[in-house]
Amino acid sequence: MDEKLKALAEYVSAALSGTVLSSDIRHGELTCRIKREDIVRVLGFLRDDPKCRFNLLCDLCGVDYPDRPQRFEVVYNLLSMSLNQRIRVTLETDEEHPVPSVTGLYSCAGWWEREAWDLFGIFFSDNPDLRRILTDYGFDGHPLRKDFPLTGFVELKYDEDQKRVVYEPVRLKQEFRSFDFISPWEGMDKILPGDEKASGPDEAPAGGAA
Amino acid sequence: MSDQPVMPAAESELAGAPQIHNFTMNFGPQHPAAHGVMRLVLEMDGEVIERADPHIGLLHRGTEKLIEYKTYLQAIPYFDRLDYVAPMCQEHAFALAVEKLMGIEPPPRAKYIRVLFAEITRILNHLLNICAFGLDVGAITPFLWGFEERERLMEFYERVSGARLHANYFRPGGVHMDLPAGLADDIVAFCDSFPKTIDDIERLLTDNRIFKQRTVNIGVVSAKDAADWGFTGPMLRGSGIAWDLRRAQPYDAYDKMDFDVPVGRNGDCWERYLVRVEEMRQSLRIIRQALEQMPAGPVKVNDRKVAPPPRAEMKQSMEALIHHFKLYTEGYHVPAGETYTAVEAPKGEFGVYLVSDGTNRPYRCKIRAPGFAMLQAIEFMSRGHMLADLVAIIGSMDIVFGEIDR
Repeated sequence: MDEKLKALAEYVSAALSGTVLSSDIRHGELTCRIKREDIVRVLGFLRDDPKCRFNLLCDLCGVDYPDRPQRFEVVYNLLSMSLNQRIRVTLETDEEHPVPSVTGLYSCAGWWEREAWDLFGIFFSDNPDLRRILTDYGFDGHPLRKDFPLTGFVELKYDEDQKRVVYEPVRLKQEFRSFDFISPWEGMDKILPGDEKASGPDEAPAGGAA
Repeated sequence: MSDQPVMPAAESELAGAPQIHNFTMNFGPQHPAAHGVMRLVLEMDGEVIERADPHIGLLHRGTEKLIEYKTYLQAIPYFDRLDYVAPMCQEHAFALAVEKLMGIEPPPRAKYIRVLFAEITRILNHLLNICAFGLDVGAITPFLWGFEERERLMEFYERVSGARLHANYFRPGGVHMDLPAGLADDIVAFCDSFPKTIDDIERLLTDNRIFKQRTVNIGVVSAKDAADWGFTGPMLRGSGIAWDLRRAQPYDAYDKMDFDVPVGRNGDCWERYLVRVEEMRQSLRIIRQALEQMPAGPVKVNDRKVAPPPRAEMKQSMEALIHHFKLYTEGYHVPAGETYTAVEAPKGEFGVYLVSDGTNRPYRCKIRAPGFAMLQAIEFMSRGHMLADLVAIIGSMDIVFGEIDR
């Protein structure tokens, strides 16, 4: 399985010279990183090339990494029924830079791009119908961003005086609690409070726990 | 709706009446044929649909956001609540995804139990779909018969997991508990009696003149369009593409099962119905094989860092108690990585794109619901059809809003 994927990865990066930034195979899955501008060319090649024929776009979604210079990653999961093979294409973008839409290649991309716009605020140029899809009419914000709180900002209730449904700021009886289970003995990459000086400035902070 | 009377165009020109417009109609959100809370804005030219614009998200609960704040174990119940007609198949996708990232493999018995219950779930789902589809186009009796059988299947759910619907039974590393005594015999008894129910339902629907008038050549999808619109499952097979993940990319014990993949020819509503009926019969075959071949042994991995210790051991062993406490508070840490894992859920390919950052909570869990891709094709499937045909098309799509809105 891995040899086949490796051959496919080599074939794709050779045919699309310069557009595939990197590719790796993990857990038996092939991931190709490309530049934002090339997405239509790459997916067009993957769909139409007789040795690939990835004619089913299984999934398109965004992932938010606020620490990166380009915070969003857009992930395309493709399936080739003739090869019985999957491939994942990812690219990076941010709030300002639009991603070219692939609705011209795969009709089903339309709603997924709307979803990524709705939940992350990733803008897709040339999408014919980039409205919000899952959130409420008139919703403000992009809820799947990491800086959007789980509780949201507004809540909905029926107002007896006005005889209609009204929005109000969220009021919690108890503060939302998110427990930090990062144990100092395993999988730690954070500095514990008060432990900042344990490791020198050049050292990796993980050494501080020892 | 507009106030203007709808008249044939030629007549209105003769009378010099103003231009007659298409009118816009709201279908749903509370409509029995909308299968949940779907709002469809239809642009109608008389009885004929010109444009259909589904407004979804009325059942949006932010499942993907909630999962990011839960441990891997706490995330499983959310999968039951996606497609609440086929809960276990979705747990299956998540369990397989976590297992892939952690590099663990469930013991053989667990694999067979999962296959067994995935197929029970498939029958559960197709029964609801076929019977509700019949109801949508005017046949009420199959619905009553089908729900009786569904109740028997949900009893199996209850006996194995304690819950009729939201099972929370498949866990990363196996299943929660072994089958209780006597359950296997009762499932075999069900397999013996159920084909008669399928025959009865088929006798009412398959060659029924009214049913065929409402479904044959309605909502025809070519094989090319089906792939273009991201169709999977019976929708894709109804259009003539023999693609089944259980066969093409077998997971768990499906590679040891002998079953046929039914395929349609024409891709209309009637053939999608036939595909589902045949899939139920094939599921019965798989259930029988799974029960016959099922080996004895443990049902979850023997790793206390992933699966909890038995209750009895906890009364004796301090270490077991600590493991139990750690598992149900902190949970386990999944190594950093990402995976897209898909299973053949009854409605089509149900995929989980899971990104882990090495902590005890998923960094991102994107749920690929088969119905999401199908519902957006309603526009092109219903264009030029009558309003009543739209109901048949929705019925044959097998729409459940829990998974579409997430």
